[in-house]
Amino acid sequence: MSRRLINQRPGRAGIIYLGALPFLLLLLLYAFASAARRAENPNDKLLPGAAALADAVRRVAFEPDKRTGQIVLWSDTAASLTRLALGLAAATTIAFVGGLANGIIPYVRAGLSPFVAVVSMVPPMAILPILFIVFGLGELSKVMLIIIGVAPCLLRDMQLRVEEMPGEQLIKAQTLGASSWQVITRVVAPQMLPRLLDSVRLQLGPAWLFLISAEAIAAEQGLGYRIFLVRRYLAMDVILPYVAWITFLAFLADFVLRRLNRRCFPWLYVSRA
Amino acid sequence: MLKTTKRAIAIATTLLAIAAGGAGAAEKKDFTLAWTIYAGWMPWPYAAESGIVKKWADKYGITITVTQINDYVESINQYTAGKFDAVTVTNMDTLTIPAAGGVDSTALIIGDYSNGNDGIVLKKGDTLADIKGRKVNLVELSVSHYLLARGLESVKLSEKDVTVVNTSDADIVSAFAAPDVTAVVPWNPQLSEILKMPGAKQVFSSQQIPGEILDLAVVNTAVLKDNPAFGKALVGAWFETLALMRQDDAAGTAAREAMGKLSGTTLEGYEAQLKTTFMYYTPAAAVAFAKSPELRKSTDLVRTFSFEHGLLGDGAKSKDAVGIAFPGGEVLGSKDNVKMRFDAAFMGLAADGKL
Repeated sequence: MSRRLINQRPGRAGIIYLGALPFLLLLLLYAFASAARRAENPNDKLLPGAAALADAVRRVAFEPDKRTGQIVLWSDTAASLTRLALGLAAATTIAFVGGLANGIIPYVRAGLSPFVAVVSMVPPMAILPILFIVFGLGELSKVMLIIIGVAPCLLRDMQLRVEEMPGEQLIKAQTLGASSWQVITRVVAPQMLPRLLDSVRLQLGPAWLFLISAEAIAAEQGLGYRIFLVRRYLAMDVILPYVAWITFLAFLADFVLRRLNRRCFPWLYVSRA
Repeated sequence: MLKTTKRAIAIATTLLAIAAGGAGAAEKKDFTLAWTIYAGWMPWPYAAESGIVKKWADKYGITITVTQINDYVESINQYTAGKFDAVTVTNMDTLTIPAAGGVDSTALIIGDYSNGNDGIVLKKGDTLADIKGRKVNLVELSVSHYLLARGLESVKLSEKDVTVVNTSDADIVSAFAAPDVTAVVPWNPQLSEILKMPGAKQVFSSQQIPGEILDLAVVNTAVLKDNPAFGKALVGAWFETLALMRQDDAAGTAAREAMGKLSGTTLEGYEAQLKTTFMYYTPAAAVAFAKSPELRKSTDLVRTFSFEHGLLGDGAKSKDAVGIAFPGGEVLGSKDNVKMRFDAAFMGLAADGKL
């Protein structure tokens, strides 16, 4: 009997080749479709060719803008990453503190848990006018949109993780004389940190989504601002490199968080293996 | 492996064929028009709903599908990409999106110009000069931006004296309610909503620049050339609808009420919007404007603004990069690269009763 399909494994080269194949096919498809559209209209804006894309990248990433003197890609990236970092940092802090309290203190849970469960279901984009009036139209409202969009989910996840903890651990700590505070800071919190980082990784996508939505609504710079601005004249030669850049930044953030988790909390991965 | 590659090529070829088939121009029978909600364009959905479009299409043996797009910019992009044969669009956006993108476009119908539908509104300010140093919320690179530039010029200020904040048109009303927003440039119906708010004062409007912000029905030039029947049917349906909505009787009121409902407002709301919209109700009036020197003058202002803001594309060396043709054959800008055409021939047929 030949070896079963589920036991056949590709070699090292095979893994690289198979992994690259979908990317290559996508590029090939784009090149074909772009060439076909440009054969009909050499100025086609929807699927620009490699030369037009390279030219746009040179313009936005290496040459200072005529009007402001800044290099737009970098100033946009700096503005967006600052908003994202502030929003995620605040949301993570809220989730960590709130999730711990919700998970371990029954009185807090009774008061807060149903409220958080309901609030996390409110779509933030639907209440934008209220957010504008409360937080204005400046930087604060953009950071707040990320916090409101991401914090409730993080918080609920944190609460679930705390509730999942084996009760024996808590009882043991108490029989050794630990106070509530000591149980929280010495037993629960250290175990929750890596799980929090993991759930932040999963929330990176939604955080970007809220960031770009906020920048599309009112902004002077930022990655989302640029995309929605040049969309007005179908400048896909600028939009496509921006999309690739955003994807890369998001991938990088995920990668960094994963490595950080492995480095700071190696014990988690020992037990999993 | 070979099998996989073969299949991939097959899929790629299929998708390629779909992508390439978008914008073919040749004689055909089925046509599409995309429209978005705006006072001056509401006759289109009414004409489609009430059967006027079908009547004219039948007369020329074709079909015309009239489709609403929720997002204005998206409707122009879809037209530019070849998904629609015709679209409702302003003069400036025709120049900067399809024409600058190499899609030869003909302004088949000049429907109206904004006669107060666009305005600059301030909080705590009595004249436009008070805008100096403020943040101004508007849809950047749109007709609002153009109106701001024209307004600033009129009080000897320039764009350097203000900070432009790009703000979505859907959110501009709630943006004005925010305390830190003190200057906005909206269009209707958002403009009239904002003017209802306490402390809002309109300091400049498109009434001061008549005939510059034009609302058109634009058709792909190649499609129109191969299918004059499409142009005739659109023009015929348009002016029949306009004659009807102009009437003071029950039929006219019913038409205006239906148009108001279609744009999400009431008869009164819609009539208020019509007051700030200068409609070319008769083909003769529209033809006269298309042939007038004013149109050339305002087109020159619009293309100068567009070039100065980089909207003619980065390859454009001067405002002459994209040629604009007028009735009679006169061309503004490059004669070798005419991509936008004002046409009076089809409206002329309507004026002469030859449709």
